[in-house]
Amino acid sequence: MADPAINEYGIAIRRLYKIFGPKAAELVSLVEGGMSKAELNEKHGHVLGLRDINISMPAGGIQVIMGLSGSGKSTLIRHINRLIDPTSGEVIVGGEDVVKMSPDQLREFRRHKTAMVFQKFALLPHRNVLENTVYGLEVQGVARAKQVETATYWLERVGLKGFEQKYPNQLSGGMQQRVGLARALTNDAPILLMDEAFSALDPLIRVDMQTILLDLQKDIRKTIVFITHDLDEALRLGDQIAILRDGEMVQQGTGQDIVMHPADDYISSFVEHVNRGKVIRVGTLMTRGPADADLPQLPEGTLLDEAARRIIASGQERFAVTDAEGRPLGTIDMAAITRGMFTTHAA
Amino acid sequence: MDWFYNFPHMSDSSLRDLRKVIDDGFREFTRAWGGTFETIFEPLRQFLIHSERLMLATPWPVMLALVAAIAWFASRSWKIVIGAVITLLLIGWFDMWEDTMRTVSMIFVCTVVAIALGIPIGILMARSNRMQSVMNPILDVMQTMPSFVYLIPVVMLLGIGRVPGVIAVVIYAIPPMIRLTNLGIRLVDKDVLEAADAFGSSSWQKLKNVQMPLALPTIMAGINQTIMMALAMVVIASMIGVQGLGQPVLRAINNQYFTMGMFNGLAIVGIAIIFDRVSQAYGRRLQKHLEIVHG
Repeated sequence: MADPAINEYGIAIRRLYKIFGPKAAELVSLVEGGMSKAELNEKHGHVLGLRDINISMPAGGIQVIMGLSGSGKSTLIRHINRLIDPTSGEVIVGGEDVVKMSPDQLREFRRHKTAMVFQKFALLPHRNVLENTVYGLEVQGVARAKQVETATYWLERVGLKGFEQKYPNQLSGGMQQRVGLARALTNDAPILLMDEAFSALDPLIRVDMQTILLDLQKDIRKTIVFITHDLDEALRLGDQIAILRDGEMVQQGTGQDIVMHPADDYISSFVEHVNRGKVIRVGTLMTRGPADADLPQLPEGTLLDEAARRIIASGQERFAVTDAEGRPLGTIDMAAITRGMFTTHAA
Repeated sequence: MDWFYNFPHMSDSSLRDLRKVIDDGFREFTRAWGGTFETIFEPLRQFLIHSERLMLATPWPVMLALVAAIAWFASRSWKIVIGAVITLLLIGWFDMWEDTMRTVSMIFVCTVVAIALGIPIGILMARSNRMQSVMNPILDVMQTMPSFVYLIPVVMLLGIGRVPGVIAVVIYAIPPMIRLTNLGIRLVDKDVLEAADAFGSSSWQKLKNVQMPLALPTIMAGINQTIMMALAMVVIASMIGVQGLGQPVLRAINNQYFTMGMFNGLAIVGIAIIFDRVSQAYGRRLQKHLEIVHG
């Protein structure tokens, strides 16, 4: 059931603008011409939600969209399944523009291509866990036996076996969100949209849920769009991270990119408190070049934390950094690792 | 300064003419269309007659057992079941069984009609703000217009009897049904609706799976209110020939029979309390999933 078929549903968002207010369509050209959010609000009483968003999310990867509240991240994710209509722009999913779909096409698209997990869980309070989990399949009109079979499988995968007959009110927040996750996974859509899915949970349970998600992702290989305001969560989950501020894209890249080369002071201030040893990998800091064959080896994907621990334990000064096949790429020493862990701005 | 102390008004003759034109017009209308309306309402009349015949033909112990069973399945409370049975036994002992059955039958029909009309109208109101702004003043009129006023045209159209009685009762009792259906649907959690949308629910699926079930407790409160208001109309309905507990009360008013009025009045109160407790307990049971809360 965990279908390892190749996921072809990448998402590309192009020149996306969203203005909230009755005359949005007329005002979009002004915003394209460079009018600021404050000016738009002052002169026309309209709120700029998103400005010129361009992003492509690779199929089968986790794209994190990060920002503080009011940055437009929840608005952005709702454009992917068009719970919010854009003022202008394109949202291409699997080669099709979601913005141009008719209501019927959109409904089919939501049924089969996307599934969503919500910050406030949004479970049906009058249905028990099993009935909540089958919802997506029920709406699709799948046979009941198949609904139950699929839902039971996913409930077990998220650790809710034995809770099928409970009502959402009887469960803790963490367990309710597992139901939300199982409901989304049961839909078996290639795209999983997660809107601050773990933000309402306690820190420990949040880390738990992140682990569950990462474990599942190894099997399911879905295109996951994950919204969060928490940089640690973003760095832990994201294959790619995009940072939004005031409806504008400030920086896109991998976690390492963002930590090592923050685009501006705003992002620097975010990144300052990050545990860099858990984000940066030795491959990024190594000195490229030949390595002596007798040096102990570290794979290039090793995190600095782990590398430091290994170096200290081994008593050696230098390590060879190797690629996935074990070929040496370069070398790294304790000094470089320490620098990497404690410099705020990469030179 | 005469206009200052006496409100200037239409001349008496033009006022009289106006009334005459409207009255004549309506009389024309009733003469031309009365038969048609009777045909339209014939199914309703049949429903009334059959429901009443069924209740009267059923032997009283069977009826009593039936009421007790319904009370039990709706409320799961022995207190309510015993209360209902004792009330009905007392009603029977004081020789009001037949009238009570007639009244219960009429209330039953009125409630069914009010639900059948009220829920769809309430749903339409919840879906469109324009519909809501049209319906609200109509409902205000229905609730505040003295019922005698709309009895006049109803009786002119359909004569004296059960059907006009039911129409009058439904007009009076349906507004809470409509209002609370509308309110219940509008109060459904936006987050849950968004989730239903995100999974691609059609608007029918949303109504069936999300809005109606979540609005149901509010709708049940509407049904309860409708039953109570229908019972309040029993005496007025008896003035246009509806049989039941209302008629003895009416006779008691005309002849100043204090005890007779009191007994029948108390019988109405008795069945009102049975209906109320049973339907409220049922409404609470529908929300049971909300009660057991994670610690």
